[in-house]
Amino acid sequence: MNLVTIAWKSIRQRALASSLTALSVALGVMLMVSVLVVHGIVDRVFSQSTSGYHLIVGAKGSPLQLVLNTIYHLGDPVENIPYNYYKRLRDDPMIDHAVPICMGDVTQEGNFRIIGTTSEFFELPYHPEREFRVKGHFFEDDFDAVIGSHVAKANGWDIGSQFQPVHGVADGHVHEEKFTIVGILAPTGTPNDKGVFINIDGFYQIAGHEKPIDEAQKKAADYAEFERKQAEALGLKPKVATQPEPPATAPKATDPKAPANAIADDATPKKDEHAGHDDHVGHDHHGHHHHELPDEQKEVTAVLLKFEYTTFAIQMLATINGEPYAQAAQPFKEIYWILTNVVGNVRWLLIVMTALILVVSGVGIFVSIYNSMADRRKEIAVMRALGAQRSTVFWIILCESVLLCAGGGIFGMLLGHGLVVFAAPLLEAKTGLLINPWAFEQWELVLLPVMIGLASLVGIIPGLTAYRTDVAKALHS
Amino acid sequence: MSLRLTDVRKSYVDQDGTKLPILAVSHFELKSGEQVALIGESGGGKTTLLNVISGITAADSGEVLIGNTNIAKLSEVSRDRFRAQRIGFIFQTFNLLPAFTALENVLLGMSFSGQHADRNRAKELLGRVGLAHRLNHRPNTLSVGEQQRVAVARSLANKPSLLLADEPTASIDAKHQATVLELIRTACSEQNCSLLLVTHSPEVAAQFKRVERLSDFNKP
Repeated sequence: MNLVTIAWKSIRQRALASSLTALSVALGVMLMVSVLVVHGIVDRVFSQSTSGYHLIVGAKGSPLQLVLNTIYHLGDPVENIPYNYYKRLRDDPMIDHAVPICMGDVTQEGNFRIIGTTSEFFELPYHPEREFRVKGHFFEDDFDAVIGSHVAKANGWDIGSQFQPVHGVADGHVHEEKFTIVGILAPTGTPNDKGVFINIDGFYQIAGHEKPIDEAQKKAADYAEFERKQAEALGLKPKVATQPEPPATAPKATDPKAPANAIADDATPKKDEHAGHDDHVGHDHHGHHHHELPDEQKEVTAVLLKFEYTTFAIQMLATINGEPYAQAAQPFKEIYWILTNVVGNVRWLLIVMTALILVVSGVGIFVSIYNSMADRRKEIAVMRALGAQRSTVFWIILCESVLLCAGGGIFGMLLGHGLVVFAAPLLEAKTGLLINPWAFEQWELVLLPVMIGLASLVGIIPGLTAYRTDVAKALHS
Repeated sequence: MSLRLTDVRKSYVDQDGTKLPILAVSHFELKSGEQVALIGESGGGKTTLLNVISGITAADSGEVLIGNTNIAKLSEVSRDRFRAQRIGFIFQTFNLLPAFTALENVLLGMSFSGQHADRNRAKELLGRVGLAHRLNHRPNTLSVGEQQRVAVARSLANKPSLLLADEPTASIDAKHQATVLELIRTACSEQNCSLLLVTHSPEVAAQFKRVERLSDFNKP
């Protein structure tokens, strides 16, 4: 019979006390695992989702809010910027990709964020060397939608399913327009899994998405003036008219890579959502109302920019931030700030707490075993009388300590992940982050050896007590 | 294996520092395979004598020769090893380990001796003491008589050359006393194992050819 077997049988003999000791270790480890797994997920989600773009351009304000809202779909959307500003970026030869993002709507089912964008969004990798894969296809028609894997699973949606957006997070107005799901993204482990992407052309055709005419005219004038000054500074002819021109016709944009190009120069601001439509124009074969807007009444929440050269991005960052219309934020910089100053500090706090939990667990094992030693003096003396050496009984006690700790630790790990499984839906609902409860953190591999080391440490004193047992005295006690 | 004690002395120091002589044996001898009953009064040093012979306690001086080995000169580790390999021990209160089954208690004796824990031999020993049907029972589910029989089987597990029995029948009723005593004596005869059995019972002692009174050779 080896030492481990002997130790295990001794543990089993004191089943209640041993179980409680192991449970105290398990609860400590469970807490540690669950908190750190969630922390790891947050860390990974933040550090994985930024790599596709050099800059995010949005309204002036907090660059962090812009990044969190655009990339992670967290918090309320920031103010919008003129569509013409997006066009200017799109046409800039320094910029490789300019992907517009329009936010503000959610789904009725599951309250998932709706993101109006172009198919170009899916052409860029969401992580280095990881490209979007889709079941179905990306946008072809205005009212096409592509959904994240989590949305498909949560809502039970498939290709061909339809949904109606709800305006804003708060007012709950359900739009009449129906979007049809034509693509389901393969899981990415990023917030995109919880995104509902609709064709930006369809987004602009949703009633109520136009900017009010007065405000649009004022903004258009302001922006035209800004463009004129910019052009003057560069010695060029301004691209945008100072006042919106009346529409000739309102052709429907069909090129998903050049959304709204066709209507950009011809449309005019309208007084109400149905104004300017005749019996045919404004209705497509899906029976949708077309609310095709002039560019001046369109806005975007953000524009994702990717450059061929990083130096271009830095130059553009300075240019945009020097202008009054928008701000440019570097996603990696904002996320680095979060990881360093928020997540990093939380991590240290958790590590300290974890260390304390481990110490408390270790003390628990020590107290349990040490207290049992008084009752076990005779047991140990019998072993010694049967020929067990001092070192043998020392190792038996140490084995008990390690078994209790390792058993409690493994059970705690399972409980920890179980807790994350249990809490994942709640966390996802509260934070919008995608939680994989079975994500195994590397440090978990270290945890068990650390626990065994700690158990060995706290087992030394009870082990020495066994080692020093006076056999003759204990046998006749 | 023979046993010979020569000028063995052992004292304890009490709380106020006074030295209390317990053992002073000038000569005591047990031939190989011999079975001896040792009678002594309570507090007369019987247990100390067994502890010194088994190496649980080191003698202050003298020679404790078991076969050709002077156990009094061995280090503690060597004494432990010698005891595990050559000496069997039966306690008055059986001292079975409660966490282990009858079979495991016997196997434990083998494990500490460094031998292969031979399950078949352990089963055979338990079978010989009439417990083949109680192999997997823990001590608390065995009767007192059964517990002592397990203790007998355990004491024989390491194939000892010398068996020390400290009042092995004191805790069991008269009916089982004879059975247990017979078991011990038969087992020792079969294995050519010397037996030194300590008892305070004249009835038990009367069953031995050689009976020694501790006070006759222990003059502390």
